[in-house]
Formats: sequence, C-alpha cells, structure tokens
Amino acid sequence: MHMIENGNVAAALGVRRCRVNVIAAYPITPQTPLTERLSEYVEAGEMKAEYIPVESEHSALAVCIAASSAGSRVFTATSANGLLYMHEQVQWASGARLPIVMCVVNRAVGAPWNVWNDQQDSISQRDTGWIQIYCSDHQQIIDTVIKAYWIAEKVSIPIMVCYDGYILSHTYMPFDLPDQDKVDAFLPPFKPDYALNPDEPASLNTVTLPDVRVDVRGELAHGYMEIRYLLQEELRKTLAVAAEAEKRFGDIFGREGDPYLESYRTSDADYIAVGLGSLTYQLRVSVDALRKEGIKVGILGVRFYRPFPDEAVASALKGKKAVIVFEKALSYGYEGALASDLKSALYEHLAGTGALPAVQNYILGIGGREIHTDHLTQALRAAIQGSISKEPVWIGLKL
Amino acid sequence: MGTRKYRRKTSHSEHGPGDGGRTGSWRVERPVLNESLCIPCKRNKEACFICWLFCPEIVISRTIPPTINLEYCKGCGICAEECPTRAITMADEADFSHEDKDSSCT
Repeated sequence: MHMIENGNVAAALGVRRCRVNVIAAYPITPQTPLTERLSEYVEAGEMKAEYIPVESEHSALAVCIAASSAGSRVFTATSANGLLYMHEQVQWASGARLPIVMCVVNRAVGAPWNVWNDQQDSISQRDTGWIQIYCSDHQQIIDTVIKAYWIAEKVSIPIMVCYDGYILSHTYMPFDLPDQDKVDAFLPPFKPDYALNPDEPASLNTVTLPDVRVDVRGELAHGYMEIRYLLQEELRKTLAVAAEAEKRFGDIFGREGDPYLESYRTSDADYIAVGLGSLTYQLRVSVDALRKEGIKVGILGVRFYRPFPDEAVASALKGKKAVIVFEKALSYGYEGALASDLKSALYEHLAGTGALPAVQNYILGIGGREIHTDHLTQALRAAIQGSISKEPVWIGLKL
Repeated sequence: MGTRKYRRKTSHSEHGPGDGGRTGSWRVERPVLNESLCIPCKRNKEACFICWLFCPEIVISRTIPPTINLEYCKGCGICAEECPTRAITMADEADFSHEDKDSSCT
C-alpha cells in the first residue's frame, strides 16, 4: 500500500510490521514522534507489545537488553545526547550479543545545545560493536528496519538504523508500506539460542577473568578476549549476511539494491562524491549540474557503515581521479571518520596499483547549518579542479 | 586446545562452584569454625545455618557441621559477620601458609 507520511512514521510502521514485543524509549527531539506513534499503536491495541516508559535513555536500553535476554523482539530509538547517555548500555548490548534494533534520528550533540541535524551522535558510537546502516529516504527507513531485524537475529549483533533528523524524520514523502503477510514470510519469529528461563537458570555476562576458564559443566569457556574476538569476527561476516538479506528481501518485496553502497551516475565517472544519508540525495542536484557541463562526476552513498564494506568501497573508487567525502560529523582532532575509513580501505586494496584516487574531505551542515546546493557544486568543482587540502575544509563556515 | 567450539558466544554462567575460576586463591583471611559455639553442632539438629544462607559464593554446606569449600571461598567474611554465636572467625591466611591453600576444611 502506498502512503505519504513522515520518516518517523515510516520507522514506526516498520517496527509494527516486525511484530516487536517490547518497546522502551525516552522522548528526545527529533525522535519523539516515532516513539509517540508506537505508544499509540500499543494503546489502541493495534500492536500486541509492551510499551515500557522509562526515566532515561540509559534505562530504555537497559530494559531492551533485559527483554531481549528473555527472548523478546525489542525496539528503542533515540537521538543526540540521549544516545550518548545510553553509551554504557550500547557497549553492553553488543558484548551481550543481543539483536536489538534502534533507530538513531541524527542530531547534533551538546555542548552547546543544538536540536538540529548532523551525524555526530551515531558517528561517535562507531566503535561500539553495533552494525550501523544509514538511510536516505522514507522507503529505505521502513525497509531497513525490517531487514535490520532479520540481520540482527541472524548474527546476534544489535543494529542502529540511522536517518537524518527533520530532513527525513519530519518531512513527508511517498513510500510503500509492505504487506503484513510478506513481512511475516520475510521475518520469522525471534528464536534465541538461550532465553532467560526459570527452569534453566543462568547468569548472563558474568565477570570474565583475563584467561579462559572451565565452566561448571567442565567445558573450556571463553575469556573476555575470545568473546570480543568473536564479536569482531562475526561483524566482518555480517557483510555477507547483509547481502543475503538484500536478496531475500528482493525476492519477497521486489525491491533490491546494493546492500552496502548506493551509486548515482558512477559507471563512467572520473570523480566521486561520497557521503552518508540524505546528503547523498541532495548532492544529485549538483552532480546533474556538473554533468551538464560535461564533468564526469557521480555519487557513492555509504549505506552500511559498520561493518565497513572496505572491499566494495575500494572497488567502486578504483582508478578515479578524486574522491570527495562530505561529512556532517568528524573525529575531532583529525578529520571526518568516513574519510579516514575510506582512505584506509583504499590503501589496503589499492596501494601500489597506481589506482589510488586523491581524497578531499569536506565538513558541513554541523548543528543544522544550511547546506546550499550551490555550495556543494562549488566544493565539488574546487576538488575536481585539483584543490585537494591536507586538512578537512568546512563548508558554510562564517568565521 | 581453545574455546572455538564452546556452545556460547558470551559469558554464560550456570549455578555451581567454580564458574569464576578457583577464587580461593584471592583470599587473605580464612573463615575458621569453632564447633563448640556453632548452633547445629551443639544441638546436633538442623538449625540456624545463617552462614549457609548468607554466603554469596554458596561455598558453605547446610550440614552438621557446616563445611566451607576453601577452593572457592574468597574470604569475604560475611559468614563471620552474620554468625549469631561468633562461631566463625576470620584468621590471617598467612598462618596457614604451610597448608594447601585450596584444601577443604571444616
């Protein structure tokens, strides 16, 4: 069924279609309408779920961790400082290998206070062991929520579904609402290996010593290091699982694409703009304008950010003259995190081949600073004309 | 031999002794039971067992006399603190240095 709604409602409908059992969330702008909508579904009896109001984001994720450990399919959502307040539990959820899905409605972090969009919140959680997927429109939001449960439950690793505050969360766009019977065919009920059970009591995530240990059954159990290694190993294997999810989704819903990257006019391009989320769609206007002048430029939108699809990224950028990375976040003290990750992938796969492109990093839209399409065009043109700087260049800065 | 084939991907503990390793080696003070003051020992009846109830490591048995498994007792002293007749006292572990630290005692 086609409908016109905002991005938060698209996410809420996805959660409803996935027959989530437990929702715990604390309101924070611009995520609030998403969880409000879910509470309305539960209140009206349209969703057979437990909606647990909590006093903080830390508690929201703690409730999700407990409910997931008891075998429930769970959901939470947050933004900005709410995500930062959760940080300790964010690490816990991945270490405990719980398939929680959380929407991060991207917003700038304080200080100073700012409620507008950038991506510093989710980028700052890059190294927590969660899978991170970025969406560029409402169809991607609802589809990604559904795919996220399938992937998370397959690999026992939690997923952040990230989308830009206001630009996606509060704007209205047409999208297809997947039929319930198709979602049921795609996503079977959650069946964990072990769920808390009074008949089979256990303590979960108990203290581990520096070395391995023999458990009460006499079996050699992992130490901390083995448990952390397995998280890394299975995160890397998640890239293949995401491809499987994309194929399976395409078979059932008839919508399929590249699971990691979204390309626009790249096949013959000499120059590639790279970004995360809705910005990659805004860049299309600039790319189309430059194409009219005969400049061969395209866009690579990174959808799957963690685990990082290094091989796919390097293969898409191989032999290009320049790669221009636009970021609404940065690793303070160096450069944009995506630019660093991308350079690392290029070095790993292309060093010594003579096919290494130059990389220009732009920082923009911080704290909701308006991104003008003509600024994007100028920035692309500058890099294409050979202006490659060592330090990232801030677009729209009024110092 | 490693843990590659272990059945869990996380730290998952079932109740029973030794799930955190041989924690008796952590002990600096050892609980010592004076049976002449211990209620179940004196009456030769199942009674009291407050030490058994309070022990956070479940290393004290509900028997006459109660036994303390020193392989896992961390020496926290809660049993000595809670014993209503002061039948359990904490002694410096160095005084037992000639013995096997993890041997079970009564």
